[in-house]
Amino acid sequence: MSTAPSTSHYPAAPTAQRASAHTLCVLVDNEPGVLARVIGLFSGRGYNIDSLTVSETEHQKHLSRITIVTRGTPMVVEQIKNQLDRLVPIHRVIDMTLAGNAIERELAMVKVAGKGQARVEALQLAEAFRARIIDTTTESFVFEVTGSSDKIESFINLMLPLGLVEVSRTGVVAIGRGPEGM
Amino acid sequence: MTTDNKDSGATEMTGAEMVIAALADQGVEHIFGYPGGAVLPIYDAIFQQDKVKHVLVRHEQGAAHAAEGYARSTGKVAALLVTSGPGATNAVTGLADALMDSIPIVCITGQVPTHLIGNDAFQECDTVGITRPCTKHNYLVKDIADLPRVLHEAFYVAGSGRPGPVVVDIPKDIQFAKGVYFKPNEFPHKGYQPRLKGDPDKIKLAVEMMKQARKPVFYTGGGIINSGPKASKLLRELVKLTGFPITSTLMGLGAFPAADQQWLGMLGMHGTYEANWAMHDCDLMICIGARFDDRITGRIDAFSPNSKKIHIDIDPSSINKNVRIDVGIVGDCANVLGDMLAAYKATPGAPDKQALQGWWKQVDTWRARKSLAYKASADIIKPQYAIQRLYELTKDRDTYITTEVGQHQMWAAQFYHFQEPHRWMTSGGLGTMGYGVPAAVGVQMAHPTSLVIDIAGEASVQMTLQEISTAVQYRLPVKIFILNNKYMGMVRQWQELLHGGRYSESYSEALPDFVKLAEAYHAHGIRCEKPADLDKAIMEMIDTPKPVIFDCLVDPTENCFPMIPSGRAHNEMILGDAAEKLEDAVTEAGKMMV
Repeated sequence: MSTAPSTSHYPAAPTAQRASAHTLCVLVDNEPGVLARVIGLFSGRGYNIDSLTVSETEHQKHLSRITIVTRGTPMVVEQIKNQLDRLVPIHRVIDMTLAGNAIERELAMVKVAGKGQARVEALQLAEAFRARIIDTTTESFVFEVTGSSDKIESFINLMLPLGLVEVSRTGVVAIGRGPEGM
Repeated sequence: MTTDNKDSGATEMTGAEMVIAALADQGVEHIFGYPGGAVLPIYDAIFQQDKVKHVLVRHEQGAAHAAEGYARSTGKVAALLVTSGPGATNAVTGLADALMDSIPIVCITGQVPTHLIGNDAFQECDTVGITRPCTKHNYLVKDIADLPRVLHEAFYVAGSGRPGPVVVDIPKDIQFAKGVYFKPNEFPHKGYQPRLKGDPDKIKLAVEMMKQARKPVFYTGGGIINSGPKASKLLRELVKLTGFPITSTLMGLGAFPAADQQWLGMLGMHGTYEANWAMHDCDLMICIGARFDDRITGRIDAFSPNSKKIHIDIDPSSINKNVRIDVGIVGDCANVLGDMLAAYKATPGAPDKQALQGWWKQVDTWRARKSLAYKASADIIKPQYAIQRLYELTKDRDTYITTEVGQHQMWAAQFYHFQEPHRWMTSGGLGTMGYGVPAAVGVQMAHPTSLVIDIAGEASVQMTLQEISTAVQYRLPVKIFILNNKYMGMVRQWQELLHGGRYSESYSEALPDFVKLAEAYHAHGIRCEKPADLDKAIMEMIDTPKPVIFDCLVDPTENCFPMIPSGRAHNEMILGDAAEKLEDAVTEAGKMMV
C-alpha cells in the first residue's frame, strides 16, 4: 500500500467513500416516545439529520410516517436503515434515494416586508415560483411555496435582498411514483 | 365484567395481580427484586400467592445481573422487579449490560401515579427516557386496559430475534386499577417479527464458497448460545463435516467443545496465537452469531486482509457494520446452520483435501508456539495456575462459571475449558465489574444442585459484594473464587504498558480480610497463599455446602498474554515471553484507544 496504514483499531474514517444525502421514509406505530426513539438513535450513534417530518398518516392503524433526510457514506446509510428497522415500533424503512423513483417536496412560508420597487419585484418572483400569497399587509407578504428543497432554497435567496423577514419550512416529505405503496 | 371467562382466559383483577399472573403465564418461577413505595401493590400481590417466588437482592443492579445469570444459564427470559426513581436508575447498569450481550430480561419498574408524572414527585424519574437507549424496548403503561398486552409483549420482544432487556414502567395507580386480564396468545406481534429463516440462495452461495476454500476458519459468537442448544449441536456437526478450524469470541465459549482437536481457543485481544493468526491468514471466514467487535478485529484496516467473509446474524444491523461482508445471511443461527448442513450435504464436491491439510499444518505451527504458556512458580500462586487447578478439580462436575471483569476474566476464558453452552456467564460487551457475584446468585437459583463459581478479582468483587447476603439468605452455595493480586490487574497491566509504570489509583488499598468478611456474612472463608496448598483448598471450597469466599493470593505482577496492543493487527500480537518489549509495542495513536 502506498499510504501509511491507520493506527486506529476503530473503523477507518469514511474518507474512501463520499457522504451523500439520503431520504428515508419510515412507517412507525404512532405511540408515545416513538419519535424520541428515532431521534435518540441518530444522536446516540452520531448520525446526521438534515430534515425530519412526522405526522400520523393512517388513523385507524395508528401509523405515522416519518421522512428523514440524512447524510452519510453508503455503509453508514445502510447502518442507519438497519438500525431503524430493528426498533420495535418501526414497521418499514425505505431509502427513497436508493429506490430512485421518489417525489420529494417541501413547503415553506416566507415572510417578506418592503415597499415600492422591492415589493413589486417580490410579487413578480413569487409568481414565477408559483408561490401563493397567504397573508398580506400594505408593507408585507407571506408567501406559501412548495417544491423541491433546491427550489425553495433559491426562492429564499431571491427574497433575501427584497426584505426577507423569516422563513418556516416543513422539511422534506417523499413518496414513491407509480401505483404501489411503501 | 366481574365473571371469569374460562375459555378466553379473561379474568378481572388489579394491575398488580396482572403482573403476577403474566409472570406465571410466561413461565417465570423466580423474580429478583427490591421493594419500594411505587411497587408496594405488586409486593402485596406477591405476598398472597406462591406461583412466582421472589428473591430479595441487596441492590437493584444485583437484581438485573442475577436475572441475566438466570437467563443465560437456562435460555429462558428472566425477570426483575424494582421500584421507581433510584430503583430504576440502579438497575440501569444491568440493563445496559444485557443490551450489549443480548440477554433476554424483563424489568418491571414501579412509577409514581400517572397524575404525578412530570411533577418531580418523590422517587420519580423519567424511567422510559433513561432506559430508552439501554433497552431493546420499553413501555410506560398509562391505561390498565393495555397492561396485559404490554406484559406479554415485553416477554415476546425480550426473547425473540436478537434478545435483549425490556422495561415495563407501571405507575402505582395502574397497579391498583382493576381491569380484564388475558392470557398470552399466539397471534404475532403487529410489527415486530424478526426474520428467522436465512435466504436459501445466499446459503447456497456460502456453501459453494466453503467448498472452494483453501484456508477457511469458523468464527463464532454468543449468537449460537442465544439461539439455543440446537444451534450448538448443528455447529458441531457442520464443523466436523467440513473439517475446518474453529475459534470463538468470549461470548461464544462452550458452543463448541474446547476439548476438540478443531478448536483453536478464543480469538481477539487476549485470544490465542493460533486463533488470531488463522483469522489473519484465512481465505474464507465464516462468522456465525458474532459482531466483529473492536476487541476481536484489532486494527480494522488490517483485519483479515485476504479473506472472503460470510456473516450469519439474526440482526441485520450487525452485518456490514464494522467490516465489509461478502455474503450476509440474516436469520437465526439454528435455522441457518440446519439449512447450511443440508445444502453442504446436498451439493457435490468437497474442499481441496491437500490445501486443507496444508492449512492445518500451518495452524499446528502456530499452536506449537504455546501462546498461553507462563512461568510456573513453586513459591507464589500464578493466577493461570489457579484457574487450571480449578478447572481440573471441577471439570467432571455439573459446573457453571461466572466472572467479574478484568485479568481474571481473560484468564478464566483462556484456562477454563468449556464443553457445553450456557455454562459460561461473563460481561462481554459492557465489561461490568461486579457482574459475577449477582450473576452467580441468579445461576444458582436456576440450578440449585449445581456447582456455581464466580471467578473474581479482589477489586471487581467489592462492587456488588453485598449479594453474598442474598446467597446466604436463600441458601445458595455459590463459590466466590477471588484471584487476589491486590491490584485492578487489567488497569495495572495497561499502566505498565502505556503509562510508564505509573500505577495511578490501581492498587487495591485497604482490602478487607475476605475470610473474616465471609464469616461476617455467615458464609465460609478460605485463604490460600501457596501453590502446594491450592488443590486441598479448592476441594474444601467445593465440599462446603454453603456460600464460600475463597481468597486466592496470586502473583501481583503477572500480566495477561497473549495481547494484541491497541491499534495493532492480529499478526502483531505480543506473547508472554516477549513482554519486555511492551513499551515499544504501542504507538502514540494506539494510546488513545481503550
